[in-house]
Amino acid sequence: MGTNPGVKVQIRSLYKIFGPDAAAMTEHVEAGISKEDLLDKHAHVLGLRNINLDVAAHQVQVIMGLSGSGKSTLIRHINRLIEPTAGEVIVDGEDILAMTPLELRQFRRSKASMVFQGFALLPHRTVADNVAYGLSVQGIDKAEREERGKRWIDRVGLTGYEGYYTTHLSGGMRQRVGLARALATDAEILLMDEPFSALDPLIRTDMQDILLGLQTELHKTIIFITHDLDEALRIGNSIAILRDGEAVQVGTPQDIIMRPADGYVAEFIKDINRGRVIQVASIMDAEKADGGPKVDAETVLDDALQLMIGSGSDIATVTRNGEPAGSVRLESIATALAKPD
Amino acid sequence: MEFLSEFPTMGNQELRDLKKAIDRGFREFSRAYGEALETFFEPILYFLVWFEKLLQNSPWPLVIAVIAVLAWLGARNWLVVGGTVASFLVIGYLGMWQDTMATLAIISVATLICIVVGIPVGIAMARSDRVQGLVTPLLDVMQTIPSFVYLIPVVMLLGIGKVPGLIAVCIYAIPPIVRLTNLGIRLVDREVLEAADAFGASYPQKLFGVQIPLALPNIFAGVNQTIMMSLAMVVIASMIGVQGLGVPVLRAISNQYLALGLMNGLAIVVLAIIFDRISQGFGKNIQKHRWDGH
Ligand SMILES: Nc1ncnc2c1ncn2[C@@H]1O[C@H](COP(=O)(O)OP(=O)(O)OP(=O)(O)O)[C@@H](O)[C@H]1O
Ligand SMILES: [Mg+2]
Repeated sequence: MGTNPGVKVQIRSLYKIFGPDAAAMTEHVEAGISKEDLLDKHAHVLGLRNINLDVAAHQVQVIMGLSGSGKSTLIRHINRLIEPTAGEVIVDGEDILAMTPLELRQFRRSKASMVFQGFALLPHRTVADNVAYGLSVQGIDKAEREERGKRWIDRVGLTGYEGYYTTHLSGGMRQRVGLARALATDAEILLMDEPFSALDPLIRTDMQDILLGLQTELHKTIIFITHDLDEALRIGNSIAILRDGEAVQVGTPQDIIMRPADGYVAEFIKDINRGRVIQVASIMDAEKADGGPKVDAETVLDDALQLMIGSGSDIATVTRNGEPAGSVRLESIATALAKPD
Repeated sequence: MEFLSEFPTMGNQELRDLKKAIDRGFREFSRAYGEALETFFEPILYFLVWFEKLLQNSPWPLVIAVIAVLAWLGARNWLVVGGTVASFLVIGYLGMWQDTMATLAIISVATLICIVVGIPVGIAMARSDRVQGLVTPLLDVMQTIPSFVYLIPVVMLLGIGKVPGLIAVCIYAIPPIVRLTNLGIRLVDREVLEAADAFGASYPQKLFGVQIPLALPNIFAGVNQTIMMSLAMVVIASMIGVQGLGVPVLRAISNQYLALGLMNGLAIVVLAIIFDRISQGFGKNIQKHRWDGH
């Protein structure tokens, strides 16, 4: 999606160990001690081990992993809610870890805002005041706060609820408030820690639509945590998969599905509806075909299949931007659809 | 065998010397600093006297009207307001108006002092585990030590009078507000605090914008208990020169006046009930108006 727009967030050799003597433990962790052994033998918890991740500007970077794999820990390093044991976090070329408390507060106010799984709204403030919270922290006066907040309240579909207390709202509506609050500061980076996990499936899809709609307009750099693969595939331009504090694979959704790095990743993707996710581009031959229907490279296999069966051809021409770019056979589609074991 | 049946004491002479030394030390301390302390507490004394005179000298219907308004603001409940007005009318009719006003004055001032001192201490405790570790045992002592015991040094320092009485009341009544402020702030949802951090809030912004507002129901519970406990000290405080409903109770005890003791005792109880309803109602109302439960 889009051209290669440069790196917004760089995470370098990041380690996080929880415990009273974390620094002394890095030695063991670098030597490769397992998370279990670290806990049993040294009574420290491994949060993150040697994470390296580049987040491209204006893209959605999804972070996935089972419970306890370190997703929340990782995202909280980006705005330094958690101090690393070792490593670097660089945003727009600036070292987050070198910032003074004042600079850090400035960074959090203007550069990166956050959306939380449990919404984390202020129960003693109205929807309008919650949305404007980031602005009030910046010392912006009430009139401007209300005006700027109102824009985002309308944008997330909460018009008319400005005066409500958030505890009177449903989960979906509360997270709209959370989203509007994060957007209201105009931060370029949006950190979202399982923002939709607490919502019903239908509402979750609604919220994903809202986010995707906003993203086509706003082009934020979004770091989005989820443990739902469908959500990851739907939203992510890139997906990083964590396991026990380590990044086991980072790649595009197509990469992850076509070439899972190991059994852990394969386990993650085994229940996916492959026909609706894998794109023709992932399995096409470079050799151009003569004849057959034309399918765009980004078509998913189900749709391509339907087209080919409809036209009675067992080969199709794959096009990119309308130009022929290769070919795809029924056979290779069938192979790709079959679940690997 | 003698060693087991007779507890080995440190010896009468040494013990007497030790006690004497402590007494002498403290007496010297009070000689050196008593006057300075008295000057320090002078503004509070002036305020207390002024407030007491104000209550006692204002026309009684005005005082009852003001109390009724406060009752309404606090409890938002006509029954409480009606009960309050009726109680004060009966108290006045039974000739206890002046004493009740004096008690009201000292309770109000003591509660005010407890709030002004206690809430910041509670905040400091919530911010640092070290401070919490230091203050908690102190609060435990203040709550368990018999009040007569700490009356002794207070009286040695400041003599008999309103100020030592006020201090005695405050020592007894301040722990709940400190504890509940600390607890209320510590109970604030971690994720909400994290959100404040994530949006770049400074410590004062977090404290006044998030922690204290969310701790208010607990803080009010603390204020309520503080008021109750200072009322409970009224009789003891009157032993060291505090005017009010405690004085006739003391007189009733020494002279075996049953009716006098009962009436004044009941007046204290009635005050307690009124204060309790009003301050509890106040705490509940902020909670209800702003958010449900949570
Ligand atoms: N403050 C802490 N002290 C000690 N251990 C911690 C702390 N925070 C996190 N951990 C541990 O670090 C590991 C990673 O936790 P983290 O919260 O990042 O996981 P997660 O991937 O976000 O999980 P979930 O899906 O449940 O939110 C876990 O083993 C957790 O127990
Ligand atoms: Mg998490």
